[in-house]
Amino acid sequence: MTAVSDAPLLRIDTLNKTFGGFVALDNINVEIRKGERFGLIGPNGSGKTTLVNCISGALRPNKGAVLFAGEDITLLSANKRSHRGIARSFQIPRPFRSMTVLENLMVALDFAAHRHLLETEAHQRDAAMSVLTRIGLAPKALVSTATLTQVELRKMELARAMATGPKLLISDEAMAGLSTSEVDEVLDLLMSLGGEDIAIIMIEHIMQAVMRFSERVMCLDAGKIIAIGAPGEVMANPRVQEAYLGT
Amino acid sequence: MQRSSILFWAGAVVFLAAVFFMTQFLRNEYPFFAGYVILQFVVLSVAWTILGGYAGYVNFGTNAFFGVGVYTAVLLVQAFAASLGVQILVAAVVGGLLGLGVGLLTLRMRGIFFSIATIALAIIIETTITNWRFVGGAAGIQLQRPPVMEPFDSYVKMLFFVQALLVVIAIVVARFIQNSRIGRGLHALRDDELAAECTGVPTLRLKLLACVISGALISAGGAPAAMYLQFANPDSAFNLNYSVSVLAMSLIGGTSHWIGPVLGAILLATTQQLLTVTISSEVNVLVLGIMLVLFVIAAPKGIIGLLSRSPKKGARA
Repeated sequence: MTAVSDAPLLRIDTLNKTFGGFVALDNINVEIRKGERFGLIGPNGSGKTTLVNCISGALRPNKGAVLFAGEDITLLSANKRSHRGIARSFQIPRPFRSMTVLENLMVALDFAAHRHLLETEAHQRDAAMSVLTRIGLAPKALVSTATLTQVELRKMELARAMATGPKLLISDEAMAGLSTSEVDEVLDLLMSLGGEDIAIIMIEHIMQAVMRFSERVMCLDAGKIIAIGAPGEVMANPRVQEAYLGT
Repeated sequence: MQRSSILFWAGAVVFLAAVFFMTQFLRNEYPFFAGYVILQFVVLSVAWTILGGYAGYVNFGTNAFFGVGVYTAVLLVQAFAASLGVQILVAAVVGGLLGLGVGLLTLRMRGIFFSIATIALAIIIETTITNWRFVGGAAGIQLQRPPVMEPFDSYVKMLFFVQALLVVIAIVVARFIQNSRIGRGLHALRDDELAAECTGVPTLRLKLLACVISGALISAGGAPAAMYLQFANPDSAFNLNYSVSVLAMSLIGGTSHWIGPVLGAILLATTQQLLTVTISSEVNVLVLGIMLVLFVIAAPKGIIGLLSRSPKKGARA
């Protein structure tokens, strides 16, 4: 490997985020490589979504820095981060409700960084359809998002995130509330995306999914990293077991 | 050019030609006097919809922008005896700047908080004008119309034609926004601002743009009112009725397409004009309120919601 590919895609540097007196993130340091499949676990309220919000730009940290592809993006707005290649899905799906599935993706294509490659509306439509086909939502392209099921909404969110052409995709509990077969479906999808040099941070409570998916797992508890490493090691860590099982 | 575009531009030309011929061949001034008000409300409603409909930021300060248009015209007439064209242009610039300022100060607020801030704005500006002697203060100011320009034979007819031009400009701008990616971005941020931002939509910039354009058009639409009435006072120029009427017209027409506010304004302003003549000017406020309530209950998407069977058109119209 060359030195260039060794440089981390994302670097979180002593990140702190407090809400009033509550410390949501406490000196978080982590690096994520290009194309890495990274699992993020931790009990409810441990700071997972806050960390995602700090990475995607929905929140500003109180201290510390977020570096993406070598650039300090700590103070950039979420839309600029999206142009640089950070995309996310939301824990509770947030579709553009008055639009069809296809139009949701067209928003991403209209404002994505590589827009100049998609000169005409027809090109855009093709690009959106190819993402939808891949995710298995093509038959629903012209359907209003208001009529989608939970699993379809989550897929739509992933499709919309993919349409921005990301280098880093953050999936915030995309599988919560889905049946086993649906979990496998979404997981396969995420695995296939990981094969394309897109780094993926997956927040998840479903352990089999995390174990199967992740190259590395990080466990947060009360805003601190309590374990990071190979999935097996992290699961075997007594502090992780304590945090989850409360023994 | 697409067929719908050709039809649109042909319609605009036919409309202006028809208005022009009316001014040349109709003797009676009254239709122009009443028609002016209807056209004015079309401009205001279409302009309002750009921010209030496309972006979903309900502006209750239409009267602030309208009054600023009126008083920009008054000031220019008093200070420089400026021509009508200059009055409208400068009013548009001032309205746009006001929109920018309001946007910078208030666009981080959502929903009802934004609306309240815009009401406050109207009160602040009205109070300022009320205490400004040069433009007439609280008592208002009489204005002398300059001689009418060829080929028009009366000032009201000329104003009618000018307001028709403003209608076309407002619709062209609204249509352009609606069909461009700006429109798609505004639409996205109306549905979900955070999701839009994370999908790459520069929400603050788009909202500011909508604020500037909407404000500029409302002020431009208000500017000729000074010469129309030959009188301006803060009470009438900043009347909250403008805000309420424009809101009702836009919502009754439907705010997802530029045709909505056009239909709403024509329907309501015409009704108001008829009621003012036949019953009284007070009743029209009552009718406005009743119609708004009926539409909110029975047709929340307005007239265009009733007209289009399918809930959502897939293509860009």
